[in-house]
Amino acid sequence: MDMFNAIVQVLDSTIRLSVPLLLACLAGLYSERAGIFDIGLEGKMLVGAFAGASAAAVFHSALIGLGTAILISVAFALVHGFASITHRGNQIVSGVAINFVAAGSTIILGQAWFSQGGRTPALQPGERFEAITWPGADAIKGVPIIGPIYAELISGHSILVYFAFAMVPFTWWVLFRTRFGLRMRAVGENPAAVDTAGISVAWLRYRALICTGILTGVAGAYLSMVQNGGFVKDMTAGKGYIALAALIFAKWKPVNAMFACLLFGFLDAASIRLQGSPLPLVGKVPAQFMQALPYVLTVILLAGFIGKAIPPRAGGVPYVKER
Amino acid sequence: MSTPYAKLPAWADYGLIPLINLSVAFIVAGFVVMLVGENPFRAAVILVEGAFGKGTGIAFTLFYATTFIFTGLSVAVAAHCSLFNIGTEGQAYIGGLGIALVCLSFDSVLPWWVIFPIAIVAAAAFGALWGLIPAYLQAKRGSHIVITTIMFNFIAASTMVYLLVGALKPAGSQAPQTRNFLAGAELPKLNWVIELFGAKIRSAPLNICFLLALVMAFLVWLLIWRTRLGYEMRTYGHSPKAARYAGISETRIIITAMMISGALAGMMALNPVMGDQHNVAIDFVSGAGYVGIAVALMGRLHPVGIVLAAILFGMLYQGGAELAFEMPAISRDMIVIIQGLVILFAGALEHMFRPYIQALFASISPKSVGMQAVRGTGA
Repeated sequence: MDMFNAIVQVLDSTIRLSVPLLLACLAGLYSERAGIFDIGLEGKMLVGAFAGASAAAVFHSALIGLGTAILISVAFALVHGFASITHRGNQIVSGVAINFVAAGSTIILGQAWFSQGGRTPALQPGERFEAITWPGADAIKGVPIIGPIYAELISGHSILVYFAFAMVPFTWWVLFRTRFGLRMRAVGENPAAVDTAGISVAWLRYRALICTGILTGVAGAYLSMVQNGGFVKDMTAGKGYIALAALIFAKWKPVNAMFACLLFGFLDAASIRLQGSPLPLVGKVPAQFMQALPYVLTVILLAGFIGKAIPPRAGGVPYVKER
Repeated sequence: MSTPYAKLPAWADYGLIPLINLSVAFIVAGFVVMLVGENPFRAAVILVEGAFGKGTGIAFTLFYATTFIFTGLSVAVAAHCSLFNIGTEGQAYIGGLGIALVCLSFDSVLPWWVIFPIAIVAAAAFGALWGLIPAYLQAKRGSHIVITTIMFNFIAASTMVYLLVGALKPAGSQAPQTRNFLAGAELPKLNWVIELFGAKIRSAPLNICFLLALVMAFLVWLLIWRTRLGYEMRTYGHSPKAARYAGISETRIIITAMMISGALAGMMALNPVMGDQHNVAIDFVSGAGYVGIAVALMGRLHPVGIVLAAILFGMLYQGGAELAFEMPAISRDMIVIIQGLVILFAGALEHMFRPYIQALFASISPKSVGMQAVRGTGA
């Protein structure tokens, strides 16, 4: 029974840890499917986290916090669009720039506004998203097997967790069952064809980037308003890059993205849980190995040893009409 | 496939446009300073005075610049081959491992002038090897170099943490770093050069690596513009198809360029490790690899430009420390914003002002933008 409880606990923290990855990964999916590389996921999550926690603390409302997070994150996404769509700049360079501006400005503004060493004020109960207890969760808790699974794994998360997982089928539906999704995929594969059909490549790509901004904003809000109860400097700590890795691992597909993020979240949860205690068969696994594993797996995948990851064809190439 | 932009006179292309882009970046940074309630002009004065006002300041500025010359050159060499090496950070970190192994083995038996060349080779070799794997994957398996180098930065960080809390840490120590090197692994300082000009220096870490950095800048210029290999790299950078048609081996050129880039990144570690801290500690690179991206873009991938841009960033780092002292609302992280804005305006938005400048030049003198003045004859 102890073993079972331990597993449920690890899976529970797997869900919590994979939510920001999943949101950021789906965010990246929208822009990359539209042919815009986005390594600025990290930065957009960071400004989202900062804006969300600041606004929630100042206006005493979690919803205003979430709205602000989305707004600021979309603004950064539009800067990326302005540079890489309108001015046909290098998308990687623009993404790197956004990450830097985000990293620096969240610390400087946080320090200037709240003077708490780059932190935002700790959020009070009504200012963050609370866990939702599902009906009957407490009653059923004592039942073996089903009880802990229902009470710990399914119930007792914040609304943003359910939102993140609901976004998976929604994204699939948008991508493969709507006109917008079809055009978005087309613009990522062959923008000239879309242009010939009389549809604006730039406007489509901008809309995809707005979707990206919304999702990274939610991801940031989750970090600072659910997981942590306040913004801490550099709190994304590379999650944007892991999400990017997960996106490649998922071969740019929404359902795969969920599994990739759950896998990477599980590695994270397991490394926290293990912390030096030995595993059966392999013995003691260093924590650093578990931390590096998502990156190693992605490199191996990219090398084509586990299937082949083929990115959208027009990815990273600015669209020039007269070619 | 032609560039969508007409030609400008060289001085406008290499002087005016970068200057405008840079000014815009600094103006936006000035707004951020205003947003936190400080006077941007006073901030600029404190920054410049802090960097160049005293001998110690100049020495620190050049010390930081040394680091950025290496990383800037590293990014630039790869960029000439149209490879975006974001992995400079990780390659420099692993370069530090090479230096640590050399210094820890020999610092009690050999003098610095024997250890230094060995350490240079080790740092370059370790950095190059860390660049080799992403290069191989790009050349042979078509995996995108940007993604693999990002992944390798994280793998490098994990590897170094693992080694620094384990094998490389002296027994009985708590700090995650190697033991301090003995005198044999300490590089001579260059502060006396600045003192020759009459300035006083208390203690600053400016060391012989600065000269090495300048030599490397010259060698990179030689490589890119005066050798066959450099020509091939630039050809591949401009048009991979043309390079293939000309019989240039894609695999060879990608791997060579990335290994040179990685070697330069690895050599960056010499400056802080052997010149200043005399040990290898966790995260000693602390973002210098990413600064290299800004430096390379600002220097327009030319060694002379890179040295100048590196000195500018050295000034920002040193002056920024003074600024944080004088204006508590502005910490050193202000530099990170400026860095980001420079990358944005000098890199991603480098063509933003071009059409306007072209229009301006065309209206003043059509010849300067390569247009024929058409008078009545038709055609």
